[in-house]
Amino acid sequence: MKRKTSAMTTATDLPSPLRFDLALFPALLALGFIAALIEVARSPDPAMVVQAWTFMACMGGIGIFYLATYAGGLPREERTGYATNVIKAGVVASMFWGIAGMLVGVIIALQLSFPNLFYFPDLPWTNFGRLRPLHTSAVIFAFGGNVLIATSFYVVQRTCKARLFGGSLPWFVFWGYNTFIVLAGTGYLLGVTQAREYAEPEWYADLWLTIVWVGYLATFLGTIVKRKEPHIYVANWFFLAFIATIAVLHIVNNLALPVSLLETKSVSLFSGVQDALIQWWYGHNAVGFFLTAGFLGIMYYFVPKRADRPVYSYRLSIVHFWTLIFIYIWAGPHHLLYTALPDWAQTLGMTFSVILWMPSWGGMINGLMTLSGAWDKLRTDPVLRMLVVSVAFYGMSTFEGPVMSVRTVNALSHYTNWTIGHVHSGALGWVGYVSFGALYCLVPWLWNKKKLYSNALVEWHFWVSTLGIVLYITSMWVAGIMQGLMWRAYNDYGFLEYSFVETVQAMHPYYVIRTIGGLLYLGGVLIMAYNLWRTVRSSETAATEPAVAPLAALEAAQ
Amino acid sequence: MNHGFFERNSFILLFGILIVVAIGGAVEIAPLFWVNGTIEKVSGMRPYTPLELAGRDIYVREGCYLCHSQMIRSLRDEVERYGHYSLAAESMYDHPFQWGSERTGPDLARVGGKYSDEWQRAHLADPRSVVPESIMPPYAFLEKTPLDYRDIADVMRANKAVGVPYTKEQIDAAVADLRAQADPNADGVDDFRKRYPKAQVRDFDGNPNQITEADALIAYLQMLGTLVDFKTYHADAPENRR
Repeated sequence: MKRKTSAMTTATDLPSPLRFDLALFPALLALGFIAALIEVARSPDPAMVVQAWTFMACMGGIGIFYLATYAGGLPREERTGYATNVIKAGVVASMFWGIAGMLVGVIIALQLSFPNLFYFPDLPWTNFGRLRPLHTSAVIFAFGGNVLIATSFYVVQRTCKARLFGGSLPWFVFWGYNTFIVLAGTGYLLGVTQAREYAEPEWYADLWLTIVWVGYLATFLGTIVKRKEPHIYVANWFFLAFIATIAVLHIVNNLALPVSLLETKSVSLFSGVQDALIQWWYGHNAVGFFLTAGFLGIMYYFVPKRADRPVYSYRLSIVHFWTLIFIYIWAGPHHLLYTALPDWAQTLGMTFSVILWMPSWGGMINGLMTLSGAWDKLRTDPVLRMLVVSVAFYGMSTFEGPVMSVRTVNALSHYTNWTIGHVHSGALGWVGYVSFGALYCLVPWLWNKKKLYSNALVEWHFWVSTLGIVLYITSMWVAGIMQGLMWRAYNDYGFLEYSFVETVQAMHPYYVIRTIGGLLYLGGVLIMAYNLWRTVRSSETAATEPAVAPLAALEAAQ
Repeated sequence: MNHGFFERNSFILLFGILIVVAIGGAVEIAPLFWVNGTIEKVSGMRPYTPLELAGRDIYVREGCYLCHSQMIRSLRDEVERYGHYSLAAESMYDHPFQWGSERTGPDLARVGGKYSDEWQRAHLADPRSVVPESIMPPYAFLEKTPLDYRDIADVMRANKAVGVPYTKEQIDAAVADLRAQADPNADGVDDFRKRYPKAQVRDFDGNPNQITEADALIAYLQMLGTLVDFKTYHADAPENRR
């Protein structure tokens, strides 16, 4: 506890109000505002006008935030200790987007289950094709992204014993990133998309995200550079790999030529088979680096911290870190087996996908075995249980993935709902649970509370959402395999047994079960939001400062 | 080597990561741009007409690719259900590609000519009126919305800049060609047919008074998979072995 004050000397002797960042970011916001104003005034594209108004509102809002925070000199929080307010904001944003994104998920699941009730013929923006990217982006990039920003900001400060680098830069990253989310989400509803799965936002939103992402890398790397610890902790390797690789993927996959600077539309620099491989090189590594490496960073801090045990194996973390990031990049072509992609590329993709099983399980073993000597805590601490179950789900989906990338299995599974089931066992089980576990840890620490409002509600959240996951993934497994088998079924005369629409009809009960699963999962998150809200509002302030010393694991690792 | 080297030097760690993640992508993606035969030599492929291109943009806007693939795999049941497996050449003018990843609905790579325009219209407006078990969203607004094609020449110009071989003549005549394809009685039909051989010309939405989004989308759907002449394509020829 004492170490905190001594580590914070650099932060306290920087009271100058004339800081570079306080000139740079307001200027950037003003530039953004002016660019949007020009679009509003000159663009013949109605969608662009709406997007530009939205962007202007965001720039104005952030500008007001800067005024309110910095007009009266540097806020007290910036002169003392670690940055916490920006992380609190990240936690709130995570919960907000999580609920919004999962709600859209439930709505589109209902549309597939009951098309007569949930479609509106004259409201284009309510259709599945526009809501589906809203769902995926909201849960992956809005929920997941805010969780990653909040946790990485928290972890890097504690494990480096340094305040976040860049003055107001972390705030710019937070607000800038959420501006991107708003721009992307409202764009989908207007039909603005470049039709690249998980990279749908158009060129101007991509450019904005590039600026924000450079800021994110600068914040994170800058904090590591000024660290007071000799070694960079393992969680930060994963966070850094996530931030750096996503930057590369984002830039290459979004290379496009706008039809005009006043139009939303753009054309991809690549076409056909090359475009497909670049997109799935991106798509698969959005999973590999955004949803895996980043969340492994969370695991490497919060699991040892919560279990109060050192990380199981330092050597294993080195081996699985480098092999994981090396091999993941190769796995993209498994999304394109039996397609017009040349065979050699398909074979490479499949081979590396199978190899990927090993480094993935290296991470799982390292996470699970960290519990050595503390397994009894699973009975009493539902938050730790959530973290551990997330690692178990990680192990399960990273086994399922390689299986599905084998050509013969993929021949059956591709294009079916098995893929949807696979994605959701990773998304709901791994990404969701590790995020919930981290947020349950963070809220009492950040708001300086003794403990969560209710452990019983965490139990409820755990069991309700687990039931939801089980319903979701089993229904999609069964449905997917059934779908694949029906598509390829032949009758005794050697003709295809089923018409396509018969396979659609057969899906109905499974779509309904999936919807129920999704509803339960959303219900669990609502319980969580209530619990966290009551924790923040509770008057039971922690007697001591929240623990800020780096992990015992850190020392043990060296 | 001692891993402490990476753990103590933040920039070494960053560059290490960047080098390690660059290898796989470079080895798999770069050769696709120069290995001969990545894209088959076929006859019949032509850039999309302005109306088809506008229809493709609607297809993208409405997110059709999220439920419909345009990639028939080389598997027996798929070839029997949908037709000849898809060639790389067939999407060579697609910026971006529309192969898709999910078949909530059937593959559309060769849907062109399978159904009448009338069926397409009824199906788009209310899918369950023609296929009661369908779970597709209704797109009734398409035939009520006039097509916005003020920027069609710019769209073609952008496509040309990234490699689609539109001629200057085609771009200059973009608006006239777009109108001609949707109206068989228009003056420019003959010129249009010269610029886009074998393109289908008719009033796709059955409403001669205006060119609607349904015109464009149906023109695009009716063209899908019909361009390549498979009589002259020999899968077993050495140049097509991949």
